[in-house]
Amino acid sequence: MSQTQEPDVQPFESVVIRFAGDSGDGMQITGNQFTHTSAVIGNDLATFPDYPAEIRAPAGTRPGVSGFQVRFSSSDIHTPGDQPDVLVAMNPAALVVNIKDLRSGGIVVVNTGQFSEGDLRKANLATNPLVDGSLKGYRVLEIDINQRVTEALAGTGLTSKEVQRCKNFYTLGLMYWLYNRPLDTTLRWLDEKFAKRPELAEANKLAMQAGYNAGDIHEFFQGRYEVAPCTTLQKGTYRNIMGNEATAIGLVAGAQLAGLQPFLGSYPITPASGILEALAGYKEFGVITFQAEDEIAAICAALGSSYAGCLGITTTSGPGMALKTEAMGLAVATELPLVIVNVQRGGPSTGLPTKTEQADLLQAIFGRNGEAPIPVLAASTPADAFDCAVEACRIAVQYMTPVILLSDGYIANGAEPWRLPELAELRPFPARFQQVVPEGGFLPFARDERLARPWARPGTPGLEHRIGGIERANLTGHLSYDPENHELMCKLRAQKVLGVRDSIPTPAVLGDEQGELLVLGWGSTYGAITSAVEELRKDGVRVSALHLRHLWPLPKGLDAIFARFRSVLVPEMNLGQLARVLRSEYPQHDFLGYSKVQGQPFRTSELVRKIRTILEQ
Amino acid sequence: MAQQATLSKKDFKSDQDVRWCPGCGDYAILNCVQGVMAQLGVPRHQLCFVSGIGCSSRFPYYMNTYGFHTIHGRATAFATGIKSANPELSVWVVTGDGDGLSIGGNHMAHILRRNVDVKILLFNNEIYGLTKGQYSPTSPQGKKTKTSPMGSVDRPFDPVSFALGCGATFVARTIDTHQKHMEQVLLAAAAHKGTAFVEIYQNCVIFNDGAFDTIAEKTVREDHTVDLRPGQPLVFGKEHDKGIRIESWEPRVCTAAQAETWRADLASPGAAFVMAQMDAHPELPRPIGIFRDVAAPTFDAGLHEQIQRARATRGSGSLEKLLHSGETWTVA
Repeated sequence: MSQTQEPDVQPFESVVIRFAGDSGDGMQITGNQFTHTSAVIGNDLATFPDYPAEIRAPAGTRPGVSGFQVRFSSSDIHTPGDQPDVLVAMNPAALVVNIKDLRSGGIVVVNTGQFSEGDLRKANLATNPLVDGSLKGYRVLEIDINQRVTEALAGTGLTSKEVQRCKNFYTLGLMYWLYNRPLDTTLRWLDEKFAKRPELAEANKLAMQAGYNAGDIHEFFQGRYEVAPCTTLQKGTYRNIMGNEATAIGLVAGAQLAGLQPFLGSYPITPASGILEALAGYKEFGVITFQAEDEIAAICAALGSSYAGCLGITTTSGPGMALKTEAMGLAVATELPLVIVNVQRGGPSTGLPTKTEQADLLQAIFGRNGEAPIPVLAASTPADAFDCAVEACRIAVQYMTPVILLSDGYIANGAEPWRLPELAELRPFPARFQQVVPEGGFLPFARDERLARPWARPGTPGLEHRIGGIERANLTGHLSYDPENHELMCKLRAQKVLGVRDSIPTPAVLGDEQGELLVLGWGSTYGAITSAVEELRKDGVRVSALHLRHLWPLPKGLDAIFARFRSVLVPEMNLGQLARVLRSEYPQHDFLGYSKVQGQPFRTSELVRKIRTILEQ
Repeated sequence: MAQQATLSKKDFKSDQDVRWCPGCGDYAILNCVQGVMAQLGVPRHQLCFVSGIGCSSRFPYYMNTYGFHTIHGRATAFATGIKSANPELSVWVVTGDGDGLSIGGNHMAHILRRNVDVKILLFNNEIYGLTKGQYSPTSPQGKKTKTSPMGSVDRPFDPVSFALGCGATFVARTIDTHQKHMEQVLLAAAAHKGTAFVEIYQNCVIFNDGAFDTIAEKTVREDHTVDLRPGQPLVFGKEHDKGIRIESWEPRVCTAAQAETWRADLASPGAAFVMAQMDAHPELPRPIGIFRDVAAPTFDAGLHEQIQRARATRGSGSLEKLLHSGETWTVA
């Protein structure tokens, strides 16, 4: 160890690193470790994992490149950054796919151990970018990581394949040195991860230490950098959280606040599987997880569990939503609580399974046969997914209705620091089961002040009743084909869902309460919109932002807000779905759509440009 | 556990008018099920009937218990959720050959392999009734219907073989008009811990009248069926003089004295499969009764056992604990 001579340490406010390699190179683990260490140091951060749908596309090819971008900062940030400051490229394909995103003058660390003729050919490169001038304008650092790892792990007795699998920890060590981060968080993680294979834990530690030491020994860099802890974060206890994990914890919390046992029926699908995986590990919290034979069985079992008195939950992504549609209709008809989480991905059909999109909004609001209203809400950041999951549970239980919570691939796999709520901040909403036969007999389709019907669990004496998908008579719930009754029931169900508005706040405007332009967003565009509007406002541009959590029903008070702006810009990762809903709900206002459907989130710079263009017109 | 209750058949009739076609086999099944429920000693509020879509699926509306009329083919999935949520309930699925084996075939396969403690009554009338007479996955090949005017090309499913193939722990067959037999089979199904699959031959008077006459008619029944009664010899015929024995892996008719003693609890379902194959041989009697009845752990018990084990080793999870799981830091 040669940490005695400290080179100059330069402070930076915010840095973006992108780790890129083959999908088998462990770039996601590397990125997550760097993120975690930065979180524990106290940086604000945001991440953007970007990986292919294929588990192992042919090694060394462009489609097989897996990337993980992390931005860590000493100030409040909302996005993982538009352009990396540092690119780590483990092979030619990773270099060529990512180099165009690196900011000019940025650092690129290249593993020359993976730059043979054959490697170049696999990446479809006629010439070697290390020598053909295509890296001009960047600070290039060539390291034969293959060789370095082989040397560092000589004598461990591991096979050369096992040795090469430690390469990612060499790069992690190098980045830890460059940004002056401690190794202990990752050391602990390795001990846990490889508890059963201590020799692998040891090997990865050696590789990481070798990378770290290389920073000192080889003087690759002119100095080290430092990103101080973020002091503007709100006071409190924090943990680093990914969206799927936050959703899972929120669902458990929501069920506890309702006093119910959560039952998750789910079928693995990218990018939603992480919620099922997380909940399967929470058995001590009483969580029942049922990995069903398909998407349909998953929601049906969940709805069955709700009938029996659990809080039924199902989690999926777009194609799974399509399959669950009929059962959602039954949930509307039988008026049982059910939380449906759609982690949106690029569509239609299989689409872009690992990429993000917001194109399931209209499906969520309208996509069922018959008049089948369902409240819809959307998470805006990984940590916000916790609050939204709790809110979805609240609406489901208080209004006896299915609720759709929209997340997306960007939120699901992205991470940020989460300020843990104090228990007192979480208000319970206990489910009220019908326990006794009321005077005059039990009416399964009578309604309370919220128009919610009573919930009577099987097993309760005297309340035996039948429910189903055939239209039910008002109050008694008996089969009814009566025309007037059907219309009445359709209206009651619609009115009940619209009534959710009475329980939600009007969202707050960021910036001036009135002006030329309001940027209205929903879901994961929150970070980019907020960053763009904050940046412009620093420059004196008068622009405001508003972000919607509740998409159906829309909160009260929007009309008055819209009236105070000359126009409203609606950026969406779809072809204008929220804009379409707003135009029909608020025909008196003007909505400008701004679409991006590339499987990639908006960049702050794109929004800044768009807003400037509109304001200059 | 269910409390003892003294109930009569009448207690299980709901206040709803039964709306099946006059003469439908479903009436006989409803009557028998209500009678069996009265014998189980399970209070009405602990019983839950679940159905999908089709004629048979109206069943829950006529039972004065808890009931859920769900969507086409998915009753078994709903029942899995209900039983998992509350293992104290006695959960019964009512389905048909279309609902349970066509649109719901996948869910049927999976509830059987999981061994969820649910009783499944599959009314097999070898036709689509509620959609007015199209061939079903159990209709015989060549069956002429509205959608198969030249005869159906499809080869049919045998529900019993299907269930055995899925690893079902209880498989039985009975006949709508054979009330005494049905009662015995349903009582055995109710006593089985795990998924009980019961195929019930059910006559559709409108679209497939007489489909089972050659087996089920009172005058021929004893000669054309053999009742699989665990521990009893495979004897049949009006005079109880004929039997079934297995020679060279094939079932053959023999004298009553030579008849094989039936075992439904063998480790291998092989013998049950051999019996099920008799359907394809009109010269052999049609087996009814209990094909298989073996003990195995149930899915719902397994789920809850894991929760208890997690709590025993990690302690009951609190909200506080959940939020603070993982590495945290403080901003002061």
